[in-house]
Amino acid sequence: MARQIKGSAKAGNTLIAWVIGFVIFFPILWTILMSFHGEGDAIKSPLPMLASPWTFDSYGEVQARSNYSLHFFNSVVISLGSTVLALIIAIPAAWAMAFVPGRRTKDLLMWMLSTKMMPAVGVLIPMYLGFKALGLLDTLTGLVMLMTLANLPLVVWMLYTYFKEIPGEILEACRMDGASLRSEITHILVPLAVPGIASTLLLNVILAWNEAFWTLQLTSSKAAPLTQFIASYSSPEGLFYAKLSAASTMAIAPILILGWFSQKQLVRGLTFGAVK
Amino acid sequence: MTKTLRALLGAAAFFGLTGLATAETQITVATVNNGDMIRMQGLMDDFYAKHPDIKVNWVTLEENVLRQKVTTDISTKGGQFDVLTIGMYETPIWAKLGWLVPLKDLPASYDVDDLLPAMRSGLSVDGTLFAAPFYGESSMVMYRTDLMEKAGLKMPKEPKWDDIKAAAAAMTDKTKEQYGICLRGKAGWGENMGFIDTLANSFGASLFDMKWKPTFGGQAWKDTLAFYLDLMDKFGPPGASSNGFNENLALFQQGHCGMWIDATVAASFVADPKSSTVAGKVGFALAPDKGLGKKANWLWAWALAIPAGSQKVDAAKTFIDWATNKDYLNLVASKEGWANVPPGTRKSLYANPKYISVPFAQLTLDSINAADPTKPTVDPVPYVGIQFAAIPEWQGIGTAVGQQFSAALAGTTSPKDALANAQQIATDAMTKAGYIK
Amino acid sequence: MATQQSRLAARLMVAPSVILLFIWMIVPLVATVWFSFRNYNLLNPNLTGWAGFNNYYYFLTDPNFLTAIWHTLAVVVGVLIVTVVGGILLALMLDRPMWGQGIVRIMVIAPFFVMPTVSGLIWKNLLMNPVNGMFAHMAKGLGLQPYDFLNQAPLTSIIVIVAWAWLPFSTLIFLTSLQSLDGEQQEAAEMDGAGSLSRFIHLTIPHLTRAITVVILIQTIFLLSVFAEIAVTTNGGPGTASTTLTYLVYVQALLNYDVGGGTAGGMVAVILANIVAFFVMRMIGKNLDA
Repeated sequence: MARQIKGSAKAGNTLIAWVIGFVIFFPILWTILMSFHGEGDAIKSPLPMLASPWTFDSYGEVQARSNYSLHFFNSVVISLGSTVLALIIAIPAAWAMAFVPGRRTKDLLMWMLSTKMMPAVGVLIPMYLGFKALGLLDTLTGLVMLMTLANLPLVVWMLYTYFKEIPGEILEACRMDGASLRSEITHILVPLAVPGIASTLLLNVILAWNEAFWTLQLTSSKAAPLTQFIASYSSPEGLFYAKLSAASTMAIAPILILGWFSQKQLVRGLTFGAVK
Repeated sequence: MTKTLRALLGAAAFFGLTGLATAETQITVATVNNGDMIRMQGLMDDFYAKHPDIKVNWVTLEENVLRQKVTTDISTKGGQFDVLTIGMYETPIWAKLGWLVPLKDLPASYDVDDLLPAMRSGLSVDGTLFAAPFYGESSMVMYRTDLMEKAGLKMPKEPKWDDIKAAAAAMTDKTKEQYGICLRGKAGWGENMGFIDTLANSFGASLFDMKWKPTFGGQAWKDTLAFYLDLMDKFGPPGASSNGFNENLALFQQGHCGMWIDATVAASFVADPKSSTVAGKVGFALAPDKGLGKKANWLWAWALAIPAGSQKVDAAKTFIDWATNKDYLNLVASKEGWANVPPGTRKSLYANPKYISVPFAQLTLDSINAADPTKPTVDPVPYVGIQFAAIPEWQGIGTAVGQQFSAALAGTTSPKDALANAQQIATDAMTKAGYIK
Repeated sequence: MATQQSRLAARLMVAPSVILLFIWMIVPLVATVWFSFRNYNLLNPNLTGWAGFNNYYYFLTDPNFLTAIWHTLAVVVGVLIVTVVGGILLALMLDRPMWGQGIVRIMVIAPFFVMPTVSGLIWKNLLMNPVNGMFAHMAKGLGLQPYDFLNQAPLTSIIVIVAWAWLPFSTLIFLTSLQSLDGEQQEAAEMDGAGSLSRFIHLTIPHLTRAITVVILIQTIFLLSVFAEIAVTTNGGPGTASTTLTYLVYVQALLNYDVGGGTAGGMVAVILANIVAFFVMRMIGKNLDA
């Protein structure tokens, strides 16, 4: 029985939501707008800037100056690669912890999270020396491995949370029907968990995409991702806002597009109420 | 999808580990992202035409990040880079540590004697050059000619600090968001301390005495800080304590500053009609002094060096020679005009009538020549460096002291406490590092 | 429900994660502890040998140490409050029917996509700058004096910037959790006469407890090591007004190039972070099982 939503309530919701959304989005909107102007115009106050000539110049300078496609490729490999790897390792673990919890499960979860507590700056030199010894400096392999491990705790946690939302009765029911463990996971669990997995995937890809410490310190030219692309634009002497805006827009755009298309997945209703 | 991804990953890993085997030598060059370096990257066709067997991989980063990466790599012998862009601060330190290859066998056409003496001495140890300068700067006064005229004042070629104060007073109208003087206030050894150190030098102060004891508790520093704070409180823009070069540049370009004392390279930005609203109304003067014999101008160079342990020293030397010799300067001039030639490195550049006619070229030369990094202060000191002390500990000390002064400017610390804290911090650090016995 | 077979299977499935994370944790940890007990400064090769507890001593007696801890806690708590409360409200808002839901969702989530350094620069120069910033223009338009955010209220400004970046994360988790809210239960309660506020407090919030717990735990971990935004906006200043523990470690490790001191600082930060996590876990950990 669907609840009737009055037209005026919907309009009211829409208005409030759009205003709040706009306020939150404003800094980014401004960055995108700035990227279509020249350096001198970009820093003017809002109305004068919008009135000044629009141009693709900044994008042109950015494109001419750096190797966007190489950095883009590296970012994709590192973010997607590390997240997928982490998911492969984490899904079984999160399943086990969610449905077969032991006495130690909570402690285990906390310990996993605690591996992320070391500030990266403190451990930079030991890591650098280690990477150098293993020949992993400036390689995609090294970075993928590092990001997988760095985000693994997070992936486990998020999957655990989503798996916990799935009522155990469903699994009981199919177990009593004689389903094997494997089919339990693939035929029942995964479809129910897809929104959770998708949201975990998206969030971790973003975290890896934006990770700006290890990706800068452990790469130089061949494996450098978009974070280095952006870092090369903030200059202490000489204005750079328009170019930085252009570079940032070029770096955010793929993620925004990814987010746009995966929205439905992210918030698709889990119709638990209908599972009887 | 997973299969394709795995294949992609595998391919990426393979290429990452083995690299593409070719007959050419690949060198990795680490550089800052300032305009001249960017221009160099755009002119690489010339290099490749002359040296087709060398390929250059560029790593371009912001100055602070670059310094961190390069220092981390060179000190752990990471071997990531073949050519480094370093400054006058690192060069003496790293050369003494044996981390840099001495630039001794450069071709004769390089003409080491053509380098400006201040540049050469700042980048050499015991007479050997360790880094080849491709860009040099000092600091000077930039002022609004129209506002000075309105106030009925004239800026002398070599002003004194009292002249500056009077001019700032006359050009300030806070109701119109017009501030007599804009100066650096953002905390950092290369930020506000870069300027304040030169101010202190001109006031007769120094960073350390001959026994390596910091001198922030002395009268000269008290006068320096009092003058700086007074000037900024009365005639400076709000929020100055987080303003660095770029923020002041933006302010000046939009007409909010009557004067700005900063790097000579700023001159080209403020006079550029494409981005500056006051382009035709800017005058230049040498950095001021207090009559004690030292002007408040600094000296800085970006230079190319080769880390010891690089496997490709010859290719690296070839590249460095190409990037910093006279032919390169002519190349830039022919492609982008004389005003865009990297300034501040060679005598021959300034002897060239086509270059010296560029506005502020003469003043840049005069500023650089007036700076002597081996004798930066009125009284003798044990360190080299004008706006810094070329010791490894300075980065930390300078930044911590800069934070104190920035807090004093923001009003959250009293000048007395700021100086006392600065003295404490510096003394602790120097004792811990073993300079003070 | 858990049989012997499934218990064993469960252990095997958890094993890879545990083993990998263990190696990932133990190797750098051992190296860090090792370095923290040695004199090792990158720029001073004469400084070698065993340092004992010197590095720890210098770090712990640094005059800024206690204030740094205080600042770190302020940032964490401040951002948590904004993101949890704000996240729930935003999730509720996004859950309602409206036109253009997809676009509003992307607008709300977008801040999370921006690199921390870039968002720091945007906030500092475009919004908070007291001469050229958006807020300054707005204040002048209203006839007020522009407020110098980053100098007068540095810590609060940092909290705002970081909260803006993390709000999408909490919103997303709450939104996904809200999707599994039992609509029938809500309707039954409504028919029984419960008002929307009472339904919110007694039905919605309890349902969200696990999500809230996860958000708090995960964000605490990340917020304890916030760095980029501070480095780009205030550099820990003015003075040391926005220096956090991570920034203090950075000063040691990458400004002074003191590896011994930096690793000691890192260890101190880890120990303190574990203490914080322990207490947080104590307070809300039971919600994980619900």
